[in-house]
Amino acid sequence: MVGIVGYGSYVPRYRIKVEEIAHQWGKDSSAVKRGLLLQEKTVPGLDEDTITISVEAAKNALKRAEIAPEEIGALYIGSESHPYAVKPSGTVVAEALGIVPNVHIADYEFACKAGTEAMFVAHGLVKADLLKYAMGIGADTSQGAPGDALEFSASAGGSAFIFGKGNIVAEIIDTFSYTTDTPDFWRREGAFYPLHGGRFTGEPAYFKHVLGAGRAILEKSGYKASDFAYAIFHMPNGKFPLTAGKKLGFRKEQMEPGWIVPLMGNTYSGSSPTGFSATLDVAKPGDLILLVSFGSGAGSDAFIFKVTERINEVRNKAITVKELLEQNRIYLDYGQYAKYRGKIIMNE
Amino acid sequence: MREVAVIGIGMTKFGELWTKSLRDIFVEAAMAAIDDAKVDQIGSMYVGSMTPGLFVGQEHIGALMADYLGTPSIPAMRVESACCSGGMAFRAGFFEVASGHTDVVLVGGVEKMNDGADVTYALATAADQEYEVYQGVTFPGLYALIARAHMHAYGTTREQMAAVSVKNHHNGSLNERAQFPREVTVEQVLNATLVADPLTMLECSPVSDGAACAILAPLAIAKKLSMPVIKVIGTGAATDTLALHAREDLTTLKAVKLSAQSAYKMAGVKPTDVSLAEVHDCFSIAEICIVEELGFVEKGKGGPFTEQGHTALDGKIPVNTSGGLKSKGHPVGATGIAQVCEIVEQLRGAAGKRQVKDPKIGIAQNMGGSGASSVVHVFKKE
Amino acid sequence: MPSPRYWREMPQRYRLEASQCTECGKVSFPPRIVCGCGARDFKKTNVSETGTIVSYTTIRVAPDAFVIQAPYNIAIVEADNGVRITTQVVDCAPEELAIGKKVKFVFRKLYEEGHCGIINYGYKAVLV
Ligand SMILES: [Zn+2]
Repeated sequence: MVGIVGYGSYVPRYRIKVEEIAHQWGKDSSAVKRGLLLQEKTVPGLDEDTITISVEAAKNALKRAEIAPEEIGALYIGSESHPYAVKPSGTVVAEALGIVPNVHIADYEFACKAGTEAMFVAHGLVKADLLKYAMGIGADTSQGAPGDALEFSASAGGSAFIFGKGNIVAEIIDTFSYTTDTPDFWRREGAFYPLHGGRFTGEPAYFKHVLGAGRAILEKSGYKASDFAYAIFHMPNGKFPLTAGKKLGFRKEQMEPGWIVPLMGNTYSGSSPTGFSATLDVAKPGDLILLVSFGSGAGSDAFIFKVTERINEVRNKAITVKELLEQNRIYLDYGQYAKYRGKIIMNE
Repeated sequence: MREVAVIGIGMTKFGELWTKSLRDIFVEAAMAAIDDAKVDQIGSMYVGSMTPGLFVGQEHIGALMADYLGTPSIPAMRVESACCSGGMAFRAGFFEVASGHTDVVLVGGVEKMNDGADVTYALATAADQEYEVYQGVTFPGLYALIARAHMHAYGTTREQMAAVSVKNHHNGSLNERAQFPREVTVEQVLNATLVADPLTMLECSPVSDGAACAILAPLAIAKKLSMPVIKVIGTGAATDTLALHAREDLTTLKAVKLSAQSAYKMAGVKPTDVSLAEVHDCFSIAEICIVEELGFVEKGKGGPFTEQGHTALDGKIPVNTSGGLKSKGHPVGATGIAQVCEIVEQLRGAAGKRQVKDPKIGIAQNMGGSGASSVVHVFKKE
Repeated sequence: MPSPRYWREMPQRYRLEASQCTECGKVSFPPRIVCGCGARDFKKTNVSETGTIVSYTTIRVAPDAFVIQAPYNIAIVEADNGVRITTQVVDCAPEELAIGKKVKFVFRKLYEEGHCGIINYGYKAVLV
């Protein structure tokens, strides 16, 4: 049996409300809230980035896994906001966790899907018996261009998952990936903000791939939507995942625990993984969970998990996503937000 | 060891000396000291300076200053111990004269801080670079940590700390060489801009350019001169952990206490014998801690002691009659020697409006970093 | 900071590694070669993950590399195993700090070496 032996998340304490961003650009906040189903989003502190978020999420995963860090044989981080263009995030994280030097490390990038990519590979290596444990992390401090619709959603946070064969919390029943070349959203090397194809990001990009992967894994596994306790679909906004889930036959209640986007925003590579983490926080032994990510460019990874008895032992060994999202929030105004996100031109 | 006396003193005005360079100000102070001593040659030289390399990109200033002083062949070296570089240069010169090796030694201090460097960073290099500075610590920050600990342990108040600044600015207002020769009130101190809570701008010594020099000679030579003879009867130095956090008690400046005990012992004096003291008031709280460590008042009572006026010009033990680092200015490397200049002037009875009545024994206490190094000298009018 | 100097301190900065004197039991952070007691034998240990504020301040005038973060809080924290550390206390207002308050150490970015240099990481503290 291969699966997750430990999971953990981290979300910065800073927030900005939709109203504050809308006010800055003269937009109607109620229309944005209605259209995108967003209330606020997380913002990284001045001293937080994909690396620091990954370290904190991984520490929480280690608390639940109850294994020694040096037993982890691979560490993969998926992000579209790796702090260095050249130099791995993973080495810093592994060094901070005490995993070095006998470890395989790689950074992944695939827009919002890089986190599940890291999970997919970590799982595969354990399943192939190449490694005892492998960690996959999805984390981001994503940026939307000022005034762009993405600015309402692009947020910060991440989740880490340790894969192994014994003492698992959730077994992996099946996986499936669905990928095409679709230029719906991109950021060129050296560019500060991403660009996107507007409504082209919807039907031919998000829905085609999420539904493609979702339908395929259901067909491959033989399960139907009603067999699942929960489902998580990548959350670029509040509406897309609910629409995709409905098309696949899921009810809102099945998606509710993982549908964290109204308070968290779109944490890119950390989005669906953190939705999954939030779902594990409430899942019961025996529950089936469907996770479908989406990354522009474009592709989706789908996973089917079955929760084990061990969930009840480990759930409270680290902070839950609900606690992270609802406790100790510090609200920023747009000026502070612009400073925190490096949107103000400073002297060297 | 031979007995040693200070036969000459000289210093520049402290402040923002825009038109003068590092070498200009040192030579100005050195010439003043040489003229004061009326000697025609010096045998060797020690120059105290904290970080001319960071402030103006110049190291190797022993040779530079000897060259520009017109004495390019004498032995000359820079002495560094952060803000007590000047005091340590004095100590080095003292031993050279006392040993009998050299008769006339120039000891000086200089710093040129206003030439555009990142002063906060440059000063912070006197703290533990890897475990204090790396976290963003500054010197006002370190003394603020001491202040909070002192307030917590002994009930010291912000008003009591402000009283240090008020007193020193009053003294400095009587000193034409002071950078900020003007009075301030307790209210002005408390309401000034916060630098590192709870310390305000008016509790922090300023960024200054300046130099000070003294000439040391054996007693036999001093006695042939017309000036009152001011003997150096004690020297003491000590160190403490570089990092403030490594100390058992944040409110104890152990190096100050040990350096004072050592100097008192050599001089054969007690704190009650001291007529006046120049101490290292880089921040208001520093003077409160120092008067405790020097034994002028018991531990924890430095705040009320200051507030009640015991350290004022007309108090039990006048402290920082020059205006101290706060009002006179704090060109870091020069400070230790400038303190000596004040004590010598006072013991000579030449301090003008600041003159303390008939002083016999004066001490100068100079400190580096957050108290990781301290040097104390005891002076006596022959 | 030149990268070798940064790299050398990683065990302390990243994982709070310390050394414990096998003679007197004192924990040194950073590790030392000679203990205050004179002994030279140490075993590896770590600074506790939580501690208590011993003193604190808020830096309002910062060195150039930290100006963007100002005002920021600095505290001396006594970790549960007795080690004292100078650290930033982040994600809280200056008014929230007090002597005796509990903190835990977290992994954060300290400062960046301009736009092109290395990014310096290490420990900071948050209130618990
Ligand atoms: Zn020991």
